[in-house]
Amino acid sequence: MFYIIGGVAVLSALIMVTHKKPVSAAMSLIVTMVCLAGLYVILDAHLIAALQIIVYAGAIMVLFLFVIMLLNIQEKEGRLAKHRIFFQFTWILAAGYVFINMVKLIGGDSLPARVEEGINGFGTTKAVGEILFTDYLLPFEIASILLLAAIVGAVILAKAKID
Amino acid sequence: MVPLNHYLILSAILFTIGAVGVFTRRNVLIIYMCIELMLNAVNLTFIAFSKFLNNMDGHIFTFMIMTVAAAEAAVGLAIILAIFRNRETVNVDDINLMKG
Repeated sequence: MFYIIGGVAVLSALIMVTHKKPVSAAMSLIVTMVCLAGLYVILDAHLIAALQIIVYAGAIMVLFLFVIMLLNIQEKEGRLAKHRIFFQFTWILAAGYVFINMVKLIGGDSLPARVEEGINGFGTTKAVGEILFTDYLLPFEIASILLLAAIVGAVILAKAKID
Repeated sequence: MVPLNHYLILSAILFTIGAVGVFTRRNVLIIYMCIELMLNAVNLTFIAFSKFLNNMDGHIFTFMIMTVAAAEAAVGLAIILAIFRNRETVNVDDINLMKG
């Protein structure tokens, strides 16, 4: 099951990076996010899986699609279009080098051993909520302030005219 | 049960695809989507470690990353809208105000 979902996730991520139209890219990104939600379910993170679908695949991607349709983009060649192949090749090589190093790190013996003793209700809303409102109460409140600042900032930036 | 290595390698693959997208694409909206993909790859690492270490702190981290990603998407898209209104472009090669 993991390999099927992982394969679909990688495939749609590749489609997203290579596709020319922003709308198709957004659609394949939604597929990737739903696949990741499936992996979270396999890993017993039920609340996070639900949040992934609601927040990412729902809210954020709808916001993206709205903006894409609002902008009515005509494809124009940028200033650096003629050097494009060279740039792309260089960056793919650089990213490939970073990837090889990441795989080397993962393949080493440095990974921690698996802990077996279980937590009651691992990954359920109740368990996550208990941690969130006891040990991590301050970060939670700071996150709410961050969201408030983001709301105000987005409204001011998107206003037609700043007086 | 799939070993931890495989989750981490899948996460590394997704992160690399996102990074390649950020560097090679010139459409600022697609660059934004690639950044979201990279954030998601990191989330997968957190959840996988959380499961294999039987420690739920990783879920809280993922929760916070989602919050920050939502805030970032809202503000970033507002900035893109403002730029498009002024300059009629979403190509990052033409958005060079900082360079003068």
